[in-house]
Amino acid sequence: MDLVSNLALGFDVAVTPANLVYAFAGCFLGTLIGVLPGIGPVTTIAMLLPVTFALPPESALIMLAGLYYGAQYGGSTTSILVNLPGEPSAVVTCIDGYQMARQGRAGPALTAAALGSFFAGSVGVLILAAFALPLTEVAFKFGPAEYFSLMVLGLIAAVVLASGSLLKAIAMIVMGLLLGSVGTDVNSGVPRFSFDIPELTDGIGFVVIAMGIFGYGEIVHNLEQEEGKREVFTKKVHGLFPTRKDFMAMTPAVLRGTAVGSMLGVLPGGGALLGAFAAYALEKKVKMTPGEIPFGKGNIRGVASPESANNAGAQTSFIPLLTLGIPPNAVMALMVGAMTIHNIQPGPQVMTANPGLFWGLIVSMWIGNLMLVILNLPLIGIWIRLLTVPYRFLFPAIVLFCAIGVYSTNNNPFDIWMVGLFGFIGYLFIKLGCEPAPLLLGFILGPMMEETLRRALLISGGDWWKAFVARPLSATLLSVAALMLVIMLLPAIRKKRKEAFVEE
Amino acid sequence: MKMKSQKDFFSGLLFMGVGIAFAVGSTTYKVGVADNMGPGYFPLLLGILMALLGIAITVQALVLETREGDRIGRWAWKPLFYVLGANLAFGVLLSGLPGIGLPASGMVAAIYALTFIASLAARKFNYLHVFILATVLSAVSYLAFVMLLKSQIPIWPVLITG
Repeated sequence: MDLVSNLALGFDVAVTPANLVYAFAGCFLGTLIGVLPGIGPVTTIAMLLPVTFALPPESALIMLAGLYYGAQYGGSTTSILVNLPGEPSAVVTCIDGYQMARQGRAGPALTAAALGSFFAGSVGVLILAAFALPLTEVAFKFGPAEYFSLMVLGLIAAVVLASGSLLKAIAMIVMGLLLGSVGTDVNSGVPRFSFDIPELTDGIGFVVIAMGIFGYGEIVHNLEQEEGKREVFTKKVHGLFPTRKDFMAMTPAVLRGTAVGSMLGVLPGGGALLGAFAAYALEKKVKMTPGEIPFGKGNIRGVASPESANNAGAQTSFIPLLTLGIPPNAVMALMVGAMTIHNIQPGPQVMTANPGLFWGLIVSMWIGNLMLVILNLPLIGIWIRLLTVPYRFLFPAIVLFCAIGVYSTNNNPFDIWMVGLFGFIGYLFIKLGCEPAPLLLGFILGPMMEETLRRALLISGGDWWKAFVARPLSATLLSVAALMLVIMLLPAIRKKRKEAFVEE
Repeated sequence: MKMKSQKDFFSGLLFMGVGIAFAVGSTTYKVGVADNMGPGYFPLLLGILMALLGIAITVQALVLETREGDRIGRWAWKPLFYVLGANLAFGVLLSGLPGIGLPASGMVAAIYALTFIASLAARKFNYLHVFILATVLSAVSYLAFVMLLKSQIPIWPVLITG
């Protein structure tokens, strides 16, 4: 099987009328949610997961993937027009994008973002397709010890590259791992931490955790903040097309952003967010042409580059998920959950056992990116109108779709009580400054880590050293993880890391 | 000793508490040994690890200087109460409470209740707007969950449908 025949298979799966509709629905809803400030992609995907349970697995994943990268596109619109990031990875786009909008150049900014995203998305998909096969072959050589060490590395890297306190982030991972251990132990059949509640013997649903912590927790947090005065530049969008000079400036920026985003997207914890920050930082270091508008004052490069980077990263963050079965960020953790519900064990075997699903998903991403350009540029007027919907109409709808969605998965009101409980916990975490994304990663990986740990120690006869350190591949993975931790704990780097996440 | 970061201090205590609770809870199951792990082995390990992290975070909160004491700030009790209350009311109305003999009132009643209670969390509240919103949401939910997804959700009160 070579790349061409694989992609042909992918086109067969992705270009059926039904799957095109689902890809479109995903992109459309994703853009919608991305545009609306205050709901992130994690909440959206959690909210819409129950809807996809009834679909065939290919369609479900195609739609969910569309949601994710659709949100990346939509987020840029809000950043440019309202100076509010529709979702976190669009934070840097605000800086120059909003300034452009204030100067009446919202059109070119939006076009730069959309075209840059499309190019970056296409490149990201190609990288995903090209790297999937070799990486999968590596993954097949992994034993339980290597898998365990890889997950340790993945989790550590995810928190090292994220912002906020390192120790608290690690504690949140452990909390996630512990929550993942609730329910019947697969090995002994003993129900753990279920307090004789029958629903808990099946474990806590990841939809419940995601909706409660990311949905309800965020809503309460948003409501406590003063509704700031927003100046929406809705009427000033005319002349979508950038000038020749704009094109000259943005083309290299798009290329640089794509490269940075693709690379960082693969890293755990990277995804779209880190790519956008790094791309903007890089762009500021590139020499200015004479007479160019400075950064922060409406430079088109400051829009094109991070937007390309976040979209490239959104695509390439599927690489660790699809080849190794390890989610690099919270959104991918939800994808793992979605796959598990459809009885697909994420990991290298997906490609051999479900080639149609694998390649269909990849091809659908490219098609989805194409749809998004169409959705975003000519239809920009609709999205702008959406921005004028006040939050007080939005949040009751989010609460409703969480509650009704979670009920419809099992037809059991117990899940509704659990969402409420995790909503409270989510708000508590926000108040205490504990980033919830690592918890979700830990929760998803928990059962897999326990199983691989059990097997690795069984093979080595209970010897931890022999199980993990005496095996070169596992030892390498673990030392990289340890090295990352040590470096991050050095005071000088800690300071730098703090600065990297604070943009002016 | 003075608290340097209020947020970290209490997070540390929280992690310690949860870690100890899980560790103690794990010992009620068979723990086993490394090459024959019982159901309590993994959670016990993690519980201890989390308690240790909790201690480290608490100590750090007492030692490391932060800006303005990193205070937790006021709790948004009102939004929290109404959002969680809306969720609770939705569940109770949707499927009833068999324990106290309360019959199910169905999806439509539950949606109106949820929308009204949740909207109280916002700063502005307008009866007409909220009523329209609840009506729209009921229609959308009926379309999406009942017509398209064919979920087995009770729609009208049991008292009417029998």
